[in-house]
Amino acid sequence: MTLLSLSIARYARIAALACLLVAGISPAQAAEGELTIKIDQGTQSALPIAIVPFAGEAGPTDIAAVVRSDLARSGQFNPMPPEDMPSRPSAFGDINFKDWRVVGMENLVVGKVAASGDGGYVVEFRVVDVFKGTQLLGFRIPTEAANMRLTAHHIADLIYETLLHRKGAFATRIAYVTVDRRSAKDATYRLQVADADGYDPHTILESKQPLMSPSWAPDGGRLAYVSFEDRNSAIYVQDIRTGGRQKLVSGPGINSAPSFSPDGARLVVTLSRDGNPELYTYSFASRQLTRLTYHASIDTEGVYSPDGRWIYFTSDRGGGPQIYKMSSDGGDPQRVTFNMGNYNSRARISPDGKKIALVHGGKGYRIGILDLGSNSFDLLTNAALDESPSFAPNGDMIIYATMGGRGTELAATSTDGRLRQRLAVQRGEVREPAWGPFRNQ
Amino acid sequence: MKGTMLKLALVITMSAALAACSSNKAKTDSAQAGARTTDQGMAGAGANGAASQGLGDGSNLAGGALNDPNSPLAVRVIYFDYDSANIRADFNDTVAAHAAYLAQNASTIVTLEGHADERGSREYNLALGENRAMAVRKQLVLLGAAAGQIKIVSYGEERPAVDGHDEGAYERNRRVELVY
Repeated sequence: MTLLSLSIARYARIAALACLLVAGISPAQAAEGELTIKIDQGTQSALPIAIVPFAGEAGPTDIAAVVRSDLARSGQFNPMPPEDMPSRPSAFGDINFKDWRVVGMENLVVGKVAASGDGGYVVEFRVVDVFKGTQLLGFRIPTEAANMRLTAHHIADLIYETLLHRKGAFATRIAYVTVDRRSAKDATYRLQVADADGYDPHTILESKQPLMSPSWAPDGGRLAYVSFEDRNSAIYVQDIRTGGRQKLVSGPGINSAPSFSPDGARLVVTLSRDGNPELYTYSFASRQLTRLTYHASIDTEGVYSPDGRWIYFTSDRGGGPQIYKMSSDGGDPQRVTFNMGNYNSRARISPDGKKIALVHGGKGYRIGILDLGSNSFDLLTNAALDESPSFAPNGDMIIYATMGGRGTELAATSTDGRLRQRLAVQRGEVREPAWGPFRNQ
Repeated sequence: MKGTMLKLALVITMSAALAACSSNKAKTDSAQAGARTTDQGMAGAGANGAASQGLGDGSNLAGGALNDPNSPLAVRVIYFDYDSANIRADFNDTVAAHAAYLAQNASTIVTLEGHADERGSREYNLALGENRAMAVRKQLVLLGAAAGQIKIVSYGEERPAVDGHDEGAYERNRRVELVY
């Protein structure tokens, strides 16, 4: 049974990026507002898997525990609790297959961590098919203490891809806005970036005035957002590593709802400088705005389709808010949401371009998903005030904001609605989650 | 229009304490909202998030009426129905009084802050808040205020007046605040 060494170019690139990211953000903020995860609704049909605690666990991270938690959160796996495991092998030769077959375990992950002498660590793991008695995957990954959680997320991604033949999205990040409200006129707004499982949050912007609508650049290096720091909405873009930021669009009226084009060259934005909210594009190269919509109604919340050909947006030109689409160069909008009630807004397009998640008003406000091919529409959530859906870059999960006991908090659901979970911060409200792109692109 | 004229007369009559307004003039220019990026370590997050208040240049005769709790001008918040930017009949007199005040005080600037309740999507609510402020501006201008006296800013659902997640809170958050 061979082990592939992951110190190949692809992983080196990931590791280099990770080092940069960690170095660029002040570690003083690390413990602030950490998220905890609670699974509200589990699933019966998830794939059983046993992630055996890694031998020689050295370093600050329980890698097997992080992998277990990642796979459980996806809704696709049902990891075995360590206390139920018949034995704890760490190498292929140590596995007694009969024991695992008896407990009905189809897939096994074994591994070990060793100090590498230069202050770093080497993590080794194998994914094993219990019934065939064969190794499906084996890797040896060099890492260091500060990157061990990221290494664990990469291992979870590799297991996910090996067993489900779809990319995992565990080694990704989320951005969101937190609010500490002391009174109606005294609040602190923070734009934060954290790992997709809520760990290691970093505040990248803090303001006494509202912050809104974080949107990731496709390269994962920048965020566009709306800030009211000048006493009106204005659109900014900020480099996550350096903290350097730039005001892109301001002026009379609304300056809001930025969203990147797939090539990163443009933003679609909502501005009301010409009298009422209309969609425009902002080009980073020319710094010019181009107006796309012309209608005396609200047009807002524009997003590009993944192929860049279309812009989906919310408009109340037909009465209540509904989703429309038009060519990304402008042109006649076509309505997308029909016979789905009076309130459908804030579309987000799945990474494969085949589905849209949206906010559906009716009996409360819930996250719905519309299949653009079949036109079938399903509600994924059932709380009273759910909003701001955002797809994981592999399309398998949607993160959104929901009303919790102390205000808005984050929740996630699998795109098939089988699993839902809450991600709660320790204090204040959390809203407008935006799931970042794959980090190895 | 008869009602408007009456209100106007009332405004002028009640504007004796004109000197008071200059001392209430807020320093709008120095009110820094102060967003900061944590990595840049910029010092100080600035003053606070309170709405800036300016009372014009302090030279107008009717200024004192703004501070009179019995004046219709004391009503500075106009409430709206769900998903609506129509001014309700019960606020017609309030809007008329502010229009008359602005018409009388050409150098006075008012900011209309539009707000929405928390239901639905945030960006749509930002647009809805602006629509509400625009509806108030339109009415103010129809009744004699100059468009240049009126600034608009929408906060959508980002700055609720009242916490809470029921209709009692929502109806107080769907509003336009007039800030002089």
